[in-house]
Amino acid sequence: MDNNQFLTDWGLTLMVFLPLAGALVMLLIPKEDEGLHKVIALLASLAAAGVGVAVFADFDYDATDKLQFVRNDSWIDVIHSRYFIGVDGLSLPLIALTLLVVPACIIYSWRHFPEPRNPKAFLILLLVLHTGMLGTFVAQDLILFFVFFEVVLLPMYFLIGVWGGEERQYASIKFFLFTLFGSALMIVSFLALFFVAGGETFAMPELAQRVSELDIPLSTQVLIFGGMFVGFGIKVPMFPFHTWLPDAHTQAPTVGSVILAAVLLKLGTYGFVRVALPILPEAAIKWAPWIGLLAVIGIIYGALACLAQTDMKRLIAFSSVSHMGFTMLGIATLTDFGLNAAVMGMVAHGLITGMLFFIAGSVKERYHTLEIRRLGGLLVKAPRMGWILGFASMASLGLPGLAGFWGEFPAILSAYNPGAGLSEEIFRVYMVVAAIGTVFAAGYLLWLYQRTTFGVPTSEYEDEAMPDVSVPEWIAWTPLLVLILAVGIYPNIVFRVTDGQMTSVAQALASSVGG
Amino acid sequence: MLALIAQAADGFAQPEVDWHALAPDLVVLGTLVVLLVADLFLPEDRKGLLPSLAGLGLLGALIPILSLTIDGTDRTMFGGAYAVDNFALVLKALFLVAGYVVVLQSTNYVAEGDYAEGEYYFLLLSSILGMTVIASARDLISIFVALELLSIPAYLLAGWRKGSLQGNEAGAKYYLMGVFATAVLLYGMSLLYGVAGSTLLVDIGAALTARESLPVVTLAIVFCVAGFAFKVSAVPFHTWAPDTYEGAPTPITAFLSVSSKAAGFVALIELVLLAFPGRSDVVEPFMWVLAVLTMTIGNVVALRQTNVVRMLAYSGISQAGFMLAPFAVVGEIGGSVQQSIVTYLLIYAAMNLGAFTVVMAVARKTGSGEIKSFGGLFEYAPTLAVLMTVFLFALAGIPPLAGWLAKFVAFQAVVEADTTWGYVLAGFMAVNSVISLAYYANVAREMWMNPPPDGDRAPVRVPVSLSAALAITAVVTLAFGVTRWATSLGDVADFVATVPL
Repeated sequence: MDNNQFLTDWGLTLMVFLPLAGALVMLLIPKEDEGLHKVIALLASLAAAGVGVAVFADFDYDATDKLQFVRNDSWIDVIHSRYFIGVDGLSLPLIALTLLVVPACIIYSWRHFPEPRNPKAFLILLLVLHTGMLGTFVAQDLILFFVFFEVVLLPMYFLIGVWGGEERQYASIKFFLFTLFGSALMIVSFLALFFVAGGETFAMPELAQRVSELDIPLSTQVLIFGGMFVGFGIKVPMFPFHTWLPDAHTQAPTVGSVILAAVLLKLGTYGFVRVALPILPEAAIKWAPWIGLLAVIGIIYGALACLAQTDMKRLIAFSSVSHMGFTMLGIATLTDFGLNAAVMGMVAHGLITGMLFFIAGSVKERYHTLEIRRLGGLLVKAPRMGWILGFASMASLGLPGLAGFWGEFPAILSAYNPGAGLSEEIFRVYMVVAAIGTVFAAGYLLWLYQRTTFGVPTSEYEDEAMPDVSVPEWIAWTPLLVLILAVGIYPNIVFRVTDGQMTSVAQALASSVGG
Repeated sequence: MLALIAQAADGFAQPEVDWHALAPDLVVLGTLVVLLVADLFLPEDRKGLLPSLAGLGLLGALIPILSLTIDGTDRTMFGGAYAVDNFALVLKALFLVAGYVVVLQSTNYVAEGDYAEGEYYFLLLSSILGMTVIASARDLISIFVALELLSIPAYLLAGWRKGSLQGNEAGAKYYLMGVFATAVLLYGMSLLYGVAGSTLLVDIGAALTARESLPVVTLAIVFCVAGFAFKVSAVPFHTWAPDTYEGAPTPITAFLSVSSKAAGFVALIELVLLAFPGRSDVVEPFMWVLAVLTMTIGNVVALRQTNVVRMLAYSGISQAGFMLAPFAVVGEIGGSVQQSIVTYLLIYAAMNLGAFTVVMAVARKTGSGEIKSFGGLFEYAPTLAVLMTVFLFALAGIPPLAGWLAKFVAFQAVVEADTTWGYVLAGFMAVNSVISLAYYANVAREMWMNPPPDGDRAPVRVPVSLSAALAITAVVTLAFGVTRWATSLGDVADFVATVPL
């Protein structure tokens, strides 16, 4: 099977770098050829998706806990870093999410580029971002992971800063500085880990192996975990590191918000599950109650903040803080159940919140405002969009039968019975608090829905013609809507893929208590 | 009288000279002599040949470096005072290529301004010759001679804008502070010689390790390090840098902030690793304080700058702090120090020279060095804006641009030491690399997010020589962060292997 061999060797590399190749081609084309730029960008992202689909088709779903499509070549020898990539049950759903969301974003912006337009620059940045996100999800070497993790910063900074709203300059630099601060601590942690584990490798599986074999003082492990905690926690974002998020989300152009919500936040939670927990299980147990505490604070705080918002986009942004809290709570339980719920939460939140930001963008385009007070009567003005907003809101508040439910409910449930070495009492308290959070979630989302969609349009917009969902919007949104429903009805699409890997992570965590 | 001299010279045996090993320096020497002569005979309208000649000479000197690298044997001459090893070759190559970029930057600048051309390139190459020599110097005398050779032409070049008040200030400040630092350094060197009885670095290293601590040794080490701290513009020996950078011709500013600083670091590496290997008890705390002060104060002051050249000056000071950091743990990590500093220097040279080249290209249109004058650059000169963005964020250490690897190796060095002080230093570095982003991003913000201050959207015409300089620096800045072959250049570990400890 020649074809398969090629796919095994080069599939992931091709998938990661195709968008970048598209961006390089676009650099050579003058910016006046806007149509050509759009086509190339779309083709590049679809090509990556195509390769991705081929990889998924060839993926062995009976061995989801094993790294597949592995490549391990030498890279920067001076610092012992290798080009080590692979995909397993944890990264697969997130790669799929990324491959879906980026083309959707390109199609969505087909006719409407935010000011100051310039589709060439906008799309090039989007493609670079694409490569960075995909790379982070396939990297199995800490330094490679770090590089890809950081590659997403610059494009996002410019997307917010150039194409964003009124306060874009402040929001973009705040985003950048916060994330960079986390990264700086993270890299120090990675280095410390590298040296305590013998100073020979940055490969994640090997590091996990070494840490379990070597007798590294627990206090050291706890400190190293702390550095990673800040780095990933800022990205998630966890309370109290979340303050960059509402600004960035509110100011970012629609597409930027969508990608930020759908994929970038996941880099943080992914980092916890991929890097921090498997490599430093003992420290993870020490940190877990604190992670859980911050997670439930985030849930409640985010929800309360949502209730106080007057701007639709800002409200959705704060709902992200709350929802990512559920994901982090799932992670903090350190059980296979909780971890599966967390990955499901990431996928669901990516689909749903991405969708909500799309709608917010479209509403803004039509009403030129997102002030909830001035909206209203969306069902009268643009009924289809009104219904889609309703669908996404229901999914977001965790209605059973839609994707959001499978992220939230198992995460809460998993806290009832946390992993070995964790206090049941504490986590049960967390469980109760998180459950109260879902009530708030229903509150703010229904309230938002009621105020924007029901009733009659405000006098301001009474006579204004409002186009309903357009063709590019339909094309971009349909896959998301279908998946929200599909995952909701049959969550095993995701669980079946993630379970193997999550079980083995949880086992490693549990066994570290005994040992 | 003559007989007396002949008698004194009687015991003199001509030393073995390895012409192959000296070839790179000799090519530069030959070129600068040719330049001086050619300047005399070239008519005024043909002076444009001079920069080409200088550039060719610098590139020509790379040929013997290549052949020596392929040959691969370490050579020493003059009783160990002059060595040509991997370390020396990599740095000579750095000085030559950086010098070539400076020549490219100077071509239009010097030709279009009212400057003496022949002398300019002659002095520039003299200074570069001093640098290639310092990379090979392994004893106090050759270090000192090389240092003077690279410094004195630089004093003159810094004041090259004769008509301008700022230009005079630049030259005078640099000269006075430089001479003062040299005096301090010489005093330190004389003390070292007094203690060790030899000028060879290796002998000094052996002598200092063998005997118990003397106050005079501490004094000597501190004086020597302080002398070079001036060269690398470490706080508190940095006060000359911003004024000199602002007043000097911009290509010379680039030259001072890259090549001259690198030369200072080369000498520091040689001194610390060869002459003071047993005295990390003195070197470490001194360097720790220098590193923290330099990176922090450089950063904080850079935040307040409105002129892009001054901003780059202070950012360069802060970068020097990162380069000093590995010295603060030299006792624990030994030879890793030079590997990380050399890697840092190579990358820093590319990104800083690149940033200066963009500044020059933009100034040709706007005639200003204010950060505000970069407003709207992305609209009317997208290529320049993107390149400047690449260089700035490389300086800030954002992957995948090369700067991240530079910062990374510095972090790696201090964390490798696994000491409390090392970790505290790493903390300072982490915080500082975040602060630095603020002022680098500030320029990017002007370019991408603000309109041109005067509404002038005419495109910028970039001359060929500046384009070439941009191409070289951009390729290195992009390649160094991600490719295997480029990153292995900084792997100069065998320098320490050749040292008897």
